[in-house]
Parts: sequence; C-alpha cells; structure tokens
Amino acid sequence: MSVQATEYRGSIHQQQKELMLQWYAALDRAAGNAAEQPVVSMMVSGNCVELLEGFGAVPLYPEVNALQLAIRHQSLDPILLAEELGYAADNCAYVKADIGAYLKGITPAGGRLPKPTLVLCNFVGCNTYLKWFEHTADLTGAPLYVLDVPFLRSEEPGEADIAYVVRQLKEVVARLESLTGRKFDYDRFQQATAYSAESEGLWSGIKHLAQRSPSPFDAYFDAITLMGPLYVYRARSEGVQFFRDALRELEQKPVSAEDEKFRLVVEGPPPYPYFRAFRDMFARWKACAVASTYSTVGGLWEFGFRHDPEKPFESVARHMLAQNVTNRNYLQRYEQIGHYLRAWDADGLIIHFVKSCRLFSAGQGDMREYFSRMGVPTLYIESDLEDPRYFSEAQTRNRLDAFFESLEHMKRTGARRMPLAAPQPSPLRVL
Amino acid sequence: MAECLEQSFEPLTELAQDIEFASVRRWKQGAPHRKAVAFFPVYAPMEIIHAAGMLPVGIAGAGDRLDLQHADSRFGSFICSIVKTTFELGITGKLEPFDALLFSTICDSARNLCFVMKRNFPGQHFEFLHLPHSTSESSIEFLAAEYRRLMGELQRIAGVEITAGALRNSIAMFNRQRELAGEIYTLRAEAPHLLRATESYALLRAGLRMPVEEHIAILEEMLPKIRARGGKKRDAIRVVIEGSFCEQPPLPLIRVLEAAGCDVVDDDFTLAQRWFSEPLPLEPDPVQTLAERYVRCATYSSVRHFPAAARCRGLEQRIRRSRADAVIFLIAKFCEPAYFDYVLFKKAVDQLGLPSLQLEFEEKLFTFDRLQTEIETFVESLIFD
Ligand code: SF4
Ligand code: SF4
Repeated sequence: MSVQATEYRGSIHQQQKELMLQWYAALDRAAGNAAEQPVVSMMVSGNCVELLEGFGAVPLYPEVNALQLAIRHQSLDPILLAEELGYAADNCAYVKADIGAYLKGITPAGGRLPKPTLVLCNFVGCNTYLKWFEHTADLTGAPLYVLDVPFLRSEEPGEADIAYVVRQLKEVVARLESLTGRKFDYDRFQQATAYSAESEGLWSGIKHLAQRSPSPFDAYFDAITLMGPLYVYRARSEGVQFFRDALRELEQKPVSAEDEKFRLVVEGPPPYPYFRAFRDMFARWKACAVASTYSTVGGLWEFGFRHDPEKPFESVARHMLAQNVTNRNYLQRYEQIGHYLRAWDADGLIIHFVKSCRLFSAGQGDMREYFSRMGVPTLYIESDLEDPRYFSEAQTRNRLDAFFESLEHMKRTGARRMPLAAPQPSPLRVL
Repeated sequence: MAECLEQSFEPLTELAQDIEFASVRRWKQGAPHRKAVAFFPVYAPMEIIHAAGMLPVGIAGAGDRLDLQHADSRFGSFICSIVKTTFELGITGKLEPFDALLFSTICDSARNLCFVMKRNFPGQHFEFLHLPHSTSESSIEFLAAEYRRLMGELQRIAGVEITAGALRNSIAMFNRQRELAGEIYTLRAEAPHLLRATESYALLRAGLRMPVEEHIAILEEMLPKIRARGGKKRDAIRVVIEGSFCEQPPLPLIRVLEAAGCDVVDDDFTLAQRWFSEPLPLEPDPVQTLAERYVRCATYSSVRHFPAAARCRGLEQRIRRSRADAVIFLIAKFCEPAYFDYVLFKKAVDQLGLPSLQLEFEEKLFTFDRLQTEIETFVESLIFD
C-alpha cells in the first residue's frame, strides 16, 4: 500500500508558522530587554494567557519548546544530559528535554529564550508541573508562584474552588505588578477575555467541522498545528483573525468521500519524535481523527464554554478548574470520549499510552476495557511523546495495520457502526 | 523480658502487613453500625474520620502477598506497584470492610487510581481530597472548606454529626499519637541498637490498622520496655532513608540494610503519623486549626509543593537531628515525585558533604542479591574512607 499523505497544507499553515515565528522573535527580543518586555512561563494545560495580557506579558510555554525539540529530532541529547544529572529514566521526558536544552543552550527556533519575569506554575491536573517549575525556578533563579487549582472532584467546581482560584489570580496580579512595576490594565484583561471568547467560538466551529462526513479537518494531527496559536494568541486580535481565516478555509476545503475511510477518536498525546511517521500510518489507511482528547488540554471549547468579559476573573478560574481535559477526572474523560464517539460518529478509538505522562496514561488499560466492553473497536499502543527511544516503528505500524484491517473487515461485513452498548457513559453534564 | 518484647513485635508486623484487614473486620463486628474509612498514602486528616466515630485505616499496597491478575492490564507499564496492588485489593474484595476510601492530590497515578476504582467498585464510596499545593493565605480558607465538605460526606455515611467537641477530642488523641511516634524516632536516633527500623516500622504502621486509643496504649506500654532493653551500641553507619513515603519497601530489604552495617536513624515510612511535629491547638476552631497547620506547619514531603529550598532544608534538618552519616534514597520504581526530588535532594546532600546511595525497589520484591551487593559496596566504601 502506498503512502498517500492526506495532510492538508493551506494558507493557514503558513500563517500558523508566521505567528509562531513572531512569538519566538518576541521571546528573543525579551531576552535582550527584560525590563521592557515581561515574560511569564506557564503550562499549556488550562493556561490563563488572558491574565498576562493585562501586563502586555508574553507567555513562555516550556511544553511547546519541548515538543518542538522532539519534532526536530533534537530531544535525545538534552534528555541524556538530564539523566546524567540524576533525572530518572522514568521521569517525564518533557521535563528532561526542557532542562537539558536549557543547560545546553538549545532553543527550538535558534533564538534566545528569556529568563522569565515570573515562573507561574498553573497547577492544572499534572503534578509533574509542580516539580518541573520548581526545578526551572531553581535553575533560572526566576521567582515562582504556584497557582493551586483544585482538581475537579465533582461535576461542577464548587464555590469554594472558584473563590480560591480567583483569590490566587489576584495574588498573581499583585505579584506581577511588583515584579514589573506596571499597573495591571483591567480593561485590556477584559478585552483579552472577549478576544478569547471569539477565538474559542471559531475553534469550536473548526472542531465541529469534523462532524461532517467526510471531514475536512483532522482533529488530532491538524489540531496540533493549530494549537500553538490557540495557546499563544487566542486572547489577541491576531488570534481571532487567524481562527476566522482557518475556519473559512477549512469550511471551503474540498473533500471527497474517497478521502476518508475510517473515522477515529484518539486519546493521548502523539509521539512527537516520530510525528510524521505516525501520521503517515493513519494517512495510508485514509483514517481521520474526528476528535481527540489531546487537543483539549489547553481548553475544552467544543461543548460551549467561553471566557466571559463580564466576569473575567471568574471565567478564567472556571476555565482552569473545569474546562480543560487535564483538570477533569478520569471518568469525565471516559464521558468525553463516549460523547465524541457518538456525536462525531466514529468507527473506533485509538488509545496512545505515552510512558512520560501518567496524567494521561495511568488507567488507560481500564479505559480500553471500558470501551471494548461497550463494543467500540479499541486499539491500545505504547510509546512516548518526547523520548525517541520508546518508539518501535515497525511494531506500531503492524498494530495499526491490523486494527484498520479489522475495521475494514467489519465494514465489509456490515458490522461497522457498532451500537454503543452498556455501560453507557452518562450524558455530559458539565460540558 | 527481652524475649517477651521481641515476641510482641511479631503480631504487630503481621497486623501491619495483613491484606485481609482482619483487625478492621473485627473492630467493625464489635458493635453495630461501625464504619471504617481507608486512606491512600501519604496523609489524611485522621482526626476528622475519628470524630465521626469511624476507624481511619492507612492502606499501603500489598507487599508480595498478592498476585496481580487484573491490575497489570488496567494500568500498564511504567506505573508504580502500589497503584496496581491497591486496585487488585479492590477487585479481590479485600477492601470490602471499608465504607469509604479517601485519596488526595499526591501524584497523577494515585489520582487516576481513585477514579478508576470508583468506576470498578460502584458499591463503595470514594472521596478525593484536594490538599493544597500552596502556602498562600487563601489556601487555608480553601482547605477549611474542603475539610467541611469531607465532614459533610462522612456525616452522611456515618449517620452522626461531627461536633466541635468530638473533633477537639480527636485532635488531642492524634496529638498524643504523634508525640509518641516522635519519641520513637528520638529514641532511634539516640540509641538505634534499642529499636531496629523493622521493629519501629511494625510498631507505628500497626497503628494505622487499629483505633488510635489502642495504639496509644501499646506505645505507652512498650516505650519504657524498649528503653530498658539491654544490648550495646554497635559500630554502624547512621543512615537516613528518604523516598519511601508512599509505596513501602519490603521489610527484608530493611533487614539487609541493617545487616550490612547501617543503623537507620530516620526514615519516611509512616509520614502520616509524623505530619506535624508540634501538637495542634484545640482552640478556637478545630477545622480551621487542621487547615491552618496543614498549610503552615506540616512536615516537608515530596508529594506536596513547598518552595524547593524549604524541602531541602527539611531533609537537612532530619539529617542533623538524627546525626546521620549518609542518606539512602530508597525509591519505589516509577514513583515520579520521589524521582524528581532525588535531583534536588542529592544536590543538597552533596553540599552537606554527605555520601548517599540511590536504590530502587518494588514492594513485591523478594530477592535482594543485587541490592545487597550495592549496599555492601556502599557501606564498605564508607568504612574504608
Ligand atoms: S506528565 Fe504529562 S501533562 Fe505532565 S508535564 Fe509531563 S507530559 Fe505534560
Ligand atoms: S508510589 Fe509514588 S507514584 Fe506511586 S502512588 Fe505513591 S506517590 Fe504516586
């Protein structure tokens, strides 16, 4: 079977590249002029980039840097250096790559990366974030603030949870005021939440395009390309413009029925060191991811949540608490996937276990059991999102081939659309 | 007398490792409507459970006593053993005596475990407690609200109201238990030949399987006897163990350490009983006290955020107080919080000029040849230094 890349490369990809280069250029400038340009390092999950706008601060996302290193096949050396320093083979490799790259002076776009004005650990779900940012603060000497976001342990965040996060957001504001000597611009913050609401609506529109059959958009591989602008620019006019263009372009993109053979939901991050090879394993079968959980790490917007300029602090808090996949509990992830399978009309589920990330992977065997019992064709594969040593290309391809062959067989024998049998996930309540 | 004392550790060791939770079942049978609440490591506000008239029980995996039939396939590779054995305890019905199970924000694996168990064991009540990773003033208020939420749930399950008076009484009880646990550690630091680490382990961990009142009585009775024990100080290397705060190392491995010439003068095996080094005040508001002390005065731990420097200072203090010659980082395989802290701690220990050794274990380990060689080589290098 020949590889037929179904990857779509329209003008949005060029725009995306330019936006990300602009971002790296801003970081490079900030490295040369720390007093003029505040920089706040943050985690992607449930990030509060809107708040930064109130200071005109640029976000620095170590995860984005780490994944860029992996895509460019530059992650192994920094990982090995970190291991020499005492990090374990089984520590999250994002952290090792980031710390190793910092010590080696490697940056993803070749420019400089600034010392952050504030290391803001938005603790949203992942406990590794705490350690990562503690170590970053220790290494760089930058001040650290841990924004402790209570884990979502019920359907809705409680009042105490919201009040707690809002109070901390205000503490961050006070901290940044004293660090930058700038006054927090509340109007600009409010405006940022308004831009975000618009970007989020457009992004949600893009995700819903994948409900069409055939879908003009791959909600795993294509979504990853759009995620950079989503985290860096959604609270700015450039972001709104970008997502407006993207939605228009994808809406008009011609797709024919032959371009799509299988519709899938994908759970878990991708193997970035083999991103292209992995993508081709899907493309050769004309398999399209119509939904993915990984694309909701930064925020869950396809179910209606938007930032609210009328209640900017509270809506930022709600976003961090409940509207991103990482701070939601595991069973809520089952519900999310179940919902995708039904409403995005998918043929099966691919669970990609990455060894680095226990937030995603601890329990994915149970998830497989849950969906298999429901009659959903489910494939479970293992590798890593950053460390190239944990990817077996031949084995992964064989497993995917076998899975697609069985899906094909089911289709031929008319057993394709398996009804979702019990145990049914309960309807999404929070979403 | 000495022999008699030695014999009293045996049932405690068995009790601490019993995966049938016979002591809990017996306690529940002692009176109608008794309820028990299990908590996953590392810490839980046992006072609140106790004040609801319930038995707080610390669970700690299954050691090498359980074959994994189901848990491996549910949790896959690269996940620590205690997560799997806890799931297996559930699926084999061994957690049945517990009316509720309590988890908290210690790590990603344990957090997912809570919800996976919730799905698989619908007949049981699961609570997830968000213990703050912040030392900001606002986290005290939040934690007090979180404790009140927990109290609401426990009151519903127990069918009793948790009064301020009951909570004060419970705090006083656990203050006493912590005080006695503190005495045990002081004794070990002063005269390690009087109480082996494995004995101290049994003595304290058994206390997570029985009513606190009984445990206090046992400690009060045994402490003078231990102090009066004979024996000579041996010429050994004084070590602090760091990194075993959740999944527990097999006791034979501790014995290997001791046999190789180490006196374990401090460890982090049962941190829950040493979470606060000072007694908690009973006035004015006990819930507020529990919250405020958690945020302000708890021991350092790898499973909660403190400024990294404060955590290193915590370890340094333990080293100084116990006058240790070396640190053994005894880390459960795949325990990410311990792995990460190892990097910080190792740097701090190096700066103190102390030697250290990193060892990895799994609770189910039963052959120790490789570890034994590593330990012996380490000890020899110190002796001949
Ligand atoms: S554990 Fe997962 S979520 Fe956390 S930093 Fe690593 S890759 Fe990201
Ligand atoms: S042993 Fe470590 S990784 Fe495992 S549950 Fe405990 S704290 Fe988490």
